[in-house]
Amino acid sequence: MLSLCQALFFALGGYAMGMYLAHHGGPEGIIDKDGWKLPACLFVVYPYDVGEAPGDAMVPWFWKPFFSLPLTLLLGVALPGVVAAVIGYFGFRSRVRGVYFAILTQAITVAGWLVFCMNNMKLCGTNGLTRFNTIAGFELSSHSVKFGLYLITLICLIGVFCLCRFLVSTRLGRVLVAVRDDETNLRFFGYKPYMFKMFVFALAAALGGLGGMLYTPQMGIVTPEYMTAKWSILFVIWVAVGGRGTLSGAVLGAIGVNLVYNFLTTRWPEAWPFVQGLLFVGVVLLFPKGIAGLLDLIRFKRLAKRTAEA
Amino acid sequence: MNTTELIAEYREFSPRINRIGARDFLLFVEDLSAVFDGFKAVDIGAWGVKRNELRVVIGPNGAGKTTLCDLVSGKTRPTTGKVYFEGDDITNELEANIALRGIGRKFQTPRVYDSLTTFENMELALPGSRKVRRFFGRTAGAGENENILQILERVRLKDDRHTEAKHLSHGQRQWLAISMLILSSPKLLLVDEPAAGLTDLETELTAELLLELKDEHTILVIEHDMDFVRQLNSKVTVLNEGRILAEGEMDELTANEEVIEAYLGR
Repeated sequence: MLSLCQALFFALGGYAMGMYLAHHGGPEGIIDKDGWKLPACLFVVYPYDVGEAPGDAMVPWFWKPFFSLPLTLLLGVALPGVVAAVIGYFGFRSRVRGVYFAILTQAITVAGWLVFCMNNMKLCGTNGLTRFNTIAGFELSSHSVKFGLYLITLICLIGVFCLCRFLVSTRLGRVLVAVRDDETNLRFFGYKPYMFKMFVFALAAALGGLGGMLYTPQMGIVTPEYMTAKWSILFVIWVAVGGRGTLSGAVLGAIGVNLVYNFLTTRWPEAWPFVQGLLFVGVVLLFPKGIAGLLDLIRFKRLAKRTAEA
Repeated sequence: MNTTELIAEYREFSPRINRIGARDFLLFVEDLSAVFDGFKAVDIGAWGVKRNELRVVIGPNGAGKTTLCDLVSGKTRPTTGKVYFEGDDITNELEANIALRGIGRKFQTPRVYDSLTTFENMELALPGSRKVRRFFGRTAGAGENENILQILERVRLKDDRHTEAKHLSHGQRQWLAISMLILSSPKLLLVDEPAAGLTDLETELTAELLLELKDEHTILVIEHDMDFVRQLNSKVTVLNEGRILAEGEMDELTANEEVIEAYLGR
């Protein structure tokens, strides 16, 4: 199953964190009638054309929960999870599969992008959320805070990796393998594959949201650009290059491709789209199992050589 | 017994006439038909399998044997008619719910999970709730493990329990599929061609296995292999072009002109 929704979930997490940061961002000023400070980025693109006078600008209700950090952290994970569970419930229950699932999720991502681009939604439209200052009272611009965020990201990566490792090792992991390989047969043993798929889809979405929450403060901006097809496909390329079907492959691919991206875009920016395309096509054609598969092959060959020598 | 008499006997138990009567049959179908693009794959007036019966369904290719299995297990929805299990109408239930009611199924080609080991395959079939949260443990309970090992020993797969299923031979895969079915302990076992592609020796063991199960389970075997059917030595239903042609002991059927023409004498 190919999901092209992951960018949407990533962006949802990113927006949750972005709203928190915008609440606590500069500059000082504009307070609405209820005493809420209007986030600067929202004030700039506030849709006055919806029948309100400039003085009437209010902080929308859905911005308010994101004033508190713990609530933001919770919602940044829970919102994408719930959205995914709903998409999953209807999609998997009606047995949407293969390429149709990819198209469905792609369409949902585009729909999300359109919604977030609208000024009337009071989510700052195409400008996105920016003008961040502090996170939990710390200056975002200071080096130690940046390093701290990096460390937190690293810890989250290790934590998520261990969590997924654990899940794969449980009986649930085996059921998921069975769902992947032949879900029809599983139904005749009393399983409802859509429940398991829904669970994994929602978990992946929640983890995507976590990623978005970590990415936003380090980038200083979150825009609807994050939920374009480009990003969804980029995520898929990371996994394809790293190695499908393995956890370490996903991590290797994400780091590896981004290293190449950073290197190339500083030296020879025009080349990147071509390299990206070549990478995707090349990996699929030459080593469908990606870097992880390649490493396995090398290890296997070395072992075979050693056994042959002995 | 000819076809009219047979249908008359089933009619006596037809739920429409006598709902209690349907309970004598573990499985009962009424006016069941499945039409694919104008082709009637199955067209059965009334038919059933009683509790603790071992029933064999035979018939030439395209007679509707597997389609009948599909209709009972919920894989295919009938065009008309009803399927009753333990007196309850299960015609429009989800496959998973039908399975949880106690109808287990083995497919024609053994469907086992290649990337899982023999033991892990068996674990999937363990009876019990299928809720997601029940699967967060690493292994099954001790009693369950013992149960799995016992069955694996019986089909000579115990030594291969940690082998990935893709490395098993065809016969072993057949047995694994049957073992999974046995482990899930359904009230009714639908066994589609258990002897397909097996050696004579393997076929014999499979027949033995099914006969052992007969005491505690109701079994519906779909088969092509006549020698195997003879080994099972039980009541046989002959399907032809989706209809029930005849029913009875193997010896009676081999003497039946119609059956010979449709199937045996080809």
